[in-house]
Amino acid sequence: MWQAIYDDFQDKDFVVIAVAMDNDVAAARPWIEEAGPTYPVLIDRYHQLADLYNMVNVPQAVWIDEAGLIVRPTENAGAFEGFRALDFETMTVPDNVANTIKTSKETYVAAIRDWAQNGADSAHVFSPRDAQARLQVPDSNIALAHVLFRLGLHLRQTGNKTESDALLARASELHPGSWSIWRQAAETMDNGLAAGPAFWQRVNELGEEHYYQPVDMAGMPTDKPPKP
Amino acid sequence: MTSVLMDQGPVEVTAGPGSENELWLSGSETEAVSGWSLKPQGLCKGDICMPVPADNAEDYVKGQMINLAAFWKRMDKPMAHSKDGSVWAFGEGATERASTLETLDAPDFSLPDLDGNLHSLSDYRGKKVFLATWASW
Repeated sequence: MWQAIYDDFQDKDFVVIAVAMDNDVAAARPWIEEAGPTYPVLIDRYHQLADLYNMVNVPQAVWIDEAGLIVRPTENAGAFEGFRALDFETMTVPDNVANTIKTSKETYVAAIRDWAQNGADSAHVFSPRDAQARLQVPDSNIALAHVLFRLGLHLRQTGNKTESDALLARASELHPGSWSIWRQAAETMDNGLAAGPAFWQRVNELGEEHYYQPVDMAGMPTDKPPKP
Repeated sequence: MTSVLMDQGPVEVTAGPGSENELWLSGSETEAVSGWSLKPQGLCKGDICMPVPADNAEDYVKGQMINLAAFWKRMDKPMAHSKDGSVWAFGEGATERASTLETLDAPDFSLPDLDGNLHSLSDYRGKKVFLATWASW
């Protein structure tokens, strides 16, 4: 997904690190092998990054400068929640929604390119104060949720389904804003996506709330969530 | 057999199964699974030390053994264990996570690629890093 940017800027002290939040390496493998990216793609079986960076969904991103400082804290990586307008009969979304999906992604990609080219001079780099103001930090429920989630995933692999299910459910209760926890824990469908009726019910219950938080960036769509 | 879940999976320890608030580990095991180590000042990581409570020290330290679960509870950090006490997970507290993020120093991590090679964020110091997540689900 980020290959073209990496191709153009890898010689300009720029790198993409993609991280799969996948407990099952075998589930992530075919996606990686098919895309064949030349930047590092890492596997985060226990969602360590979500714990460290307070992430709640995919795709999310963090921009980190040459000195290891966060210049854009955890944010939605340019995705627009157009799928919420999906027509299940035609399996399409209205044209205006499709356009918003496209604009959102293009705007975000253009911003990454601008940063890769201009570094600290890019308008998309936040000052330390602005970056701090945009940080979302975890509370104690979230910190505990990550621990229960990790233990629950492990016990699922060792066959202790009853205990695992209870831990994963409790983790999601403690951190209801995390779609990563909910979806990783959800029973996966035949197509490997945690996108069954329970997923759609949970999405519909969001109402006017966002599934992907709008990116705080000039030119980025700020539309309300589209309705079915 | 008892194990402690680290960031990338379980690490076996020699302790018997722990019970509520009790998991006794050797000094080297404690350090390996938590990064904390016993010093004259108490259980320490970097410049931070949690003194051994004087009135019930034997609940925390016995000879060479350290009750990591008791220290963790006292430090108000999150932890969990399987019902049979054979698998433990220790987490970082929300306060520490938040104050780390507020420094804007990107928290370091080490994760494997498909071939099992570990990559650390710090390996890429000197470059702009676009760190992005995705998932198959």
